[in-house]
Amino acid sequence: MSDARIPLPFHEAAPAALEDGQLRRNLAHVTHAIRAKRADATAELPDWEALRQAGKAIKDHTLRNLGTYLRRLETRVEAAGGHVHWARDADEANRIVRRLVAAEGVREVVKVKSMTTDEIDLNGALAEDGVVAIETDLAELIVQLAEEPPSHILVPAIHKNRAEIRRLFLDAFDLTPDQLSDDPAALAGAARRFLRERFLEARVAISGANFAVAETGTTCIVESEGNGRMCTTLPETLITVLGIEKVVPTWRDLEVFLQTLPRSSTAERMNPYTSFWTGVHGGDGPRHFHLVLLDGGRSATLADDVGRATLRCIRCSACLNVCPIYERVGGHAYGSTYPGPIGAILTPQLRGEPRDGELPYASTLCGACYDVCPVAIDIPSILVDLRRRTVDARRAAHPLPAADAVDAALRGAAAAFATPRRYEAAQRLARLGQAPWVRKGVLRNLPGPLAGWSDARDLRAIPRRAFRDWWRDREAARERGGDPA
Amino acid sequence: MPRASLFVPCYVDTLFPEAAQAMVRVLERLGVTLDFPRAQTCCGQMHVNTGYERDARPLVRHFVDVFGDADVVVAPSASCVATVRHAYAGIAERAGDPALAAAVAATTPRVREFSEYLVDDLGVTDVGASFPHTVTYHPACHAVRLLGVGDRPLQLLRAVDGLHLRELPRAEQCCGFGGTFAIKNPEISAAMLADKVADVLQARAEVVVAADESCLMHIGGGLARQRTAVRTMHLAEVLASREGVAA
Repeated sequence: MSDARIPLPFHEAAPAALEDGQLRRNLAHVTHAIRAKRADATAELPDWEALRQAGKAIKDHTLRNLGTYLRRLETRVEAAGGHVHWARDADEANRIVRRLVAAEGVREVVKVKSMTTDEIDLNGALAEDGVVAIETDLAELIVQLAEEPPSHILVPAIHKNRAEIRRLFLDAFDLTPDQLSDDPAALAGAARRFLRERFLEARVAISGANFAVAETGTTCIVESEGNGRMCTTLPETLITVLGIEKVVPTWRDLEVFLQTLPRSSTAERMNPYTSFWTGVHGGDGPRHFHLVLLDGGRSATLADDVGRATLRCIRCSACLNVCPIYERVGGHAYGSTYPGPIGAILTPQLRGEPRDGELPYASTLCGACYDVCPVAIDIPSILVDLRRRTVDARRAAHPLPAADAVDAALRGAAAAFATPRRYEAAQRLARLGQAPWVRKGVLRNLPGPLAGWSDARDLRAIPRRAFRDWWRDREAARERGGDPA
Repeated sequence: MPRASLFVPCYVDTLFPEAAQAMVRVLERLGVTLDFPRAQTCCGQMHVNTGYERDARPLVRHFVDVFGDADVVVAPSASCVATVRHAYAGIAERAGDPALAAAVAATTPRVREFSEYLVDDLGVTDVGASFPHTVTYHPACHAVRLLGVGDRPLQLLRAVDGLHLRELPRAEQCCGFGGTFAIKNPEISAAMLADKVADVLQARAEVVVAADESCLMHIGGGLARQRTAVRTMHLAEVLASREGVAA
């Protein structure tokens, strides 16, 4: 993945984000509000669990037969007058889109919010040709104007409040302070006036898609603002970039996802705008339609027995909204297009970069993400599996010495736990060795990696007698016929 | 007469022996014959969850060796039971050891978390305890989400004589411990703990109870650092309490 923003590693970015009080308040407010609404919206459906299992089954079936359905999709799109392009990776996808845009000779394109084009940094690639890509989703436009990456899959500007948004709009739309209040309706109105001009002028639109139906070659976008429909109907040329895992076999399958996606993401019964288009039609909609099918690490993920389930993801972002880690540090700390629990498993698999080995550790494994996932991805198990690979890969590269103090401690503990004799010796050693840190029965100012613990929490000193000592003494007393301890 | 083997995880054995002692008192009071295989050490949860699966493998083997013959294994730690029941099979499979996989498949379904054993195996919710204090219950993530213990601990607490149960606000939120997470990402862990401590104080209880001593170690550590008077107690300690007898 080409990423112009060189992010800090999570363990550095997260504490910095924690110190931003405004960010924490914004995030806590919004995630708790969406969380509660989502719970209500899913509880409304008596067959929610059945829908969840159906979504999982459809995705698993599709992934097992992905080649078949992608070839069918290609055939149907071409038959409907569209063109299909295959891209192995981000660079290839960007080259294809740049060539298509250059052929139209435009300096500006309008875009529908798309995680996939963010993943490949398409806007950055277009900028190299002097082409400006205007984001038309309100929140996406806000982060674009702020020159920041999105911080949430669904609510890219979740970390911004309306006062911050007003300041951005005053600058971008060249307004005086008295022309714009921080009233949400006024802010939306200002953005609408700006965007309407872009829609009417644009000859090329670029989108992602939520689903593509193999049986008819139809692509589908769900959205809330109508900007997606503008982009897919007004410009002459429509270029859609689609991750290959987004295909579904039939229209019938959409029945499931068009219920689970909106309820999981925005807690709505249905999205305000659900748009479908199939190829090109004389006198209506775009005259040229290009579908770019992106692999970008997906085939490698598909080949993995444990990781494969990650590709079921329909980008609803429910896992972000319930994640206690995401709630505290926000999306930017993850340093990837996909933040939160899904990002912590998707990013390392798609990118395959050693730097991302840290992301699977950004979790307490509390399991809240698995509970809410509408396609039942067992995110905690995949996190643990990715941790295992990270450790194995590091050890293969550097067998000795230990990578860090935590590594050394864990390897030492494993050796100590291997036999009861060593375990009990280690227990005695810890009891004796703790003396320098015990103050009034509490362990304070612990050394090395344990400092992170004792900075914020007390830990009671190790008691004189372990349970096993109590049990042994009690058994001995019983054998002597005495009173148990 | 029911028989059960005690599995006392390493950190409970070493740091919180009173929780395991309390479990022994409750179970013996209910007529269970207990044994404690002294060869037991650690289930390997910390290693498994941190990615040190290769180091956990001998611990998995050791666990099934120690408990292979037990009728039922009972433990006062939801997260350790969850590790045994959910992680062991995959570890044995990836080790490419069919004998180990068979031993795991035979042993792990007999491993129970304390409240599961009381309610499901013994069919008891009233253990004859008396604890005249205000209590709030923290549903440990692994107890709720991995083991699905549901309201079993609450059924047990509601049957305790004199106990006043108060709801913990945002109870389902993780306390931020997460094993090595508290060491690797101490700042986020502390931020989550601060919110949990605030919720506990809002519940205005004397005691926070959980079925997992690891969450309590974390929550208790935060409460103590803030010099609050709220104590933490394992579910077994509350259930072991009787009128006029200290837990």
